[in-house]
Amino acid sequence: MNNLFVYTLRLADNSLVLAQRLSEWTGHGPFLEEDLALTNVALDTFGTATSLLEYAAQVEGKGRSADDLAYFRHEREYTNVLLVEQPNGDYAKTIIRQAFVDHFNLLLYTELAKSKDETIAGIAQKAIKEVTYHVRHSSSWVLRFGDGTEESHNRAQEAVNELWRFTGELFEMDEVENNLVKEGISVNTSLLKEKWEKQITDLLTKATLKKPESSFMQSGGRKGMHTEHLGYLLSEMQTVPRMYPNAKW
Amino acid sequence: MENKTYEDLFEAKLAKNEMIEPKDWMPENYRKHLIRQVSQHAHSEIVGMLPEGNWITRAPSLRAKKVLLAKVQDEGGHGLYLYTAAETLGISRDELLDNLHTGKAKYSSIFNYPTLTWADIGAIGWLVDGAAIMNQVMLQRTSYGPYARAMVRICKEESFHQRQGYEIMTHLAFGTPEQKAMAQDAINRWWFPTMMMFGPPDAESPNSENAMKWRIKRETNDQLRQRFVNQTVPQVEYLGLTVPDPNLKWNEAKKGYDFSEPDWTEFKNVISGNGPCNKERLGARVKAHKDGAWVREAAAAYAKKQNQSIAA
Repeated sequence: MNNLFVYTLRLADNSLVLAQRLSEWTGHGPFLEEDLALTNVALDTFGTATSLLEYAAQVEGKGRSADDLAYFRHEREYTNVLLVEQPNGDYAKTIIRQAFVDHFNLLLYTELAKSKDETIAGIAQKAIKEVTYHVRHSSSWVLRFGDGTEESHNRAQEAVNELWRFTGELFEMDEVENNLVKEGISVNTSLLKEKWEKQITDLLTKATLKKPESSFMQSGGRKGMHTEHLGYLLSEMQTVPRMYPNAKW
Repeated sequence: MENKTYEDLFEAKLAKNEMIEPKDWMPENYRKHLIRQVSQHAHSEIVGMLPEGNWITRAPSLRAKKVLLAKVQDEGGHGLYLYTAAETLGISRDELLDNLHTGKAKYSSIFNYPTLTWADIGAIGWLVDGAAIMNQVMLQRTSYGPYARAMVRICKEESFHQRQGYEIMTHLAFGTPEQKAMAQDAINRWWFPTMMMFGPPDAESPNSENAMKWRIKRETNDQLRQRFVNQTVPQVEYLGLTVPDPNLKWNEAKKGYDFSEPDWTEFKNVISGNGPCNKERLGARVKAHKDGAWVREAAAAYAKKQNQSIAA
């Protein structure tokens, strides 16, 4: 398979699955203003996912559309990182997951904006503006939770402990990505790790939260080895087009 | 200069079509009526996020998903403008929400019906928002300033919603036979509940008389309902679908359609709590509010600490 297709699809899946998770909150947020704010993040993330899927479809050149890629691939064909498919849990878990992803995305898109692939660079440039706001949004909540009440502190710490093991995967490299790095198209994410860890450690410290001691990192998303949660997310998302495969919506 | 009472000044403003503003004197009943109406309207926007939100994760295309998500977010935004407008009448957001959660305040009965298929999302956007627009266009000229101004913003967005709904219905009506059947089924289920949205017949509408006198409302329930039917029937026909009313007939003399009244007993049941989804809708709002309590407390505690450290 074409490296650029595989890579673009990975980026797309990360955004699509995360956006799907975030959109579960719409109408159920902790208060109205925050409901609207998180829905904004979901909308931006769906937007990025759509642009990436459209590009992936074009790069593949086999007549599949962005919708086909979203609605007619099964869970072993999805290549998102495990972090984004984790259930929303309470608002602390949603926010911690988001802060981990937002800080990573800002570093990633800042580099991707210089990609030799003009479409990827363009999508990244647009995303930087949005993710800059996302980082502000999630980080400010990490501070409020960590340094708010005892309950919010405990919930946030529990979320950090639970999700930490999914962060290593963000920085994994394989042959596909190494080849694209050589061509100046993708980013060596392993080089972003130190920066990300420093940003997150600083944020957690400021929020009086602790980075977990454990160094175990779970991975597998890139190979379609997901947690059991993804199957349910996809069944829900794909149900209508799969029930009526000949219909257009 | 003759000595005018506050009441005279208020009446004079209404007579001149001038807006009443938050700092103006107003009769207590006018204030009460508005709090009831504006908060009911705000609650309807917020509860209205639920039946449509029910399909966000299952929207059948990327585009449909994005548009629906944006639409439901708009409803939340409308709720926010309206809560703010209600607050200018001297009631707090907490009190307003409390009234919703305890069942003291009402919201539009239409949202107590379930969204069972994707076509329901089309029907809500097209029929329900279409009916809401009829009401809301009138309310842009309502006598209370903050309410009128909120409605101007809301109306702009609602007309986009109605197009979104009709677009979904168009895809279905001109799609596969299963899609067309899905569209017809949605019209069959949403037609009469939508007609109920304009409220009881004028002769039996308890709040209409004052609302007209105070220029809060400018057209009656029956006038609005008639206009809605006249406007919507040709749209149904264009889709090649039918209105589930055997008595629907063009009446040349009144230049409008004759039609059946909705089942007002059902209406009374639904607004008094016995509709198909009343428990679920209110339950979802109460749950979100309760689950969010620690989040709001954390934000308040953090803000307090920040203020203290600035002061120190």
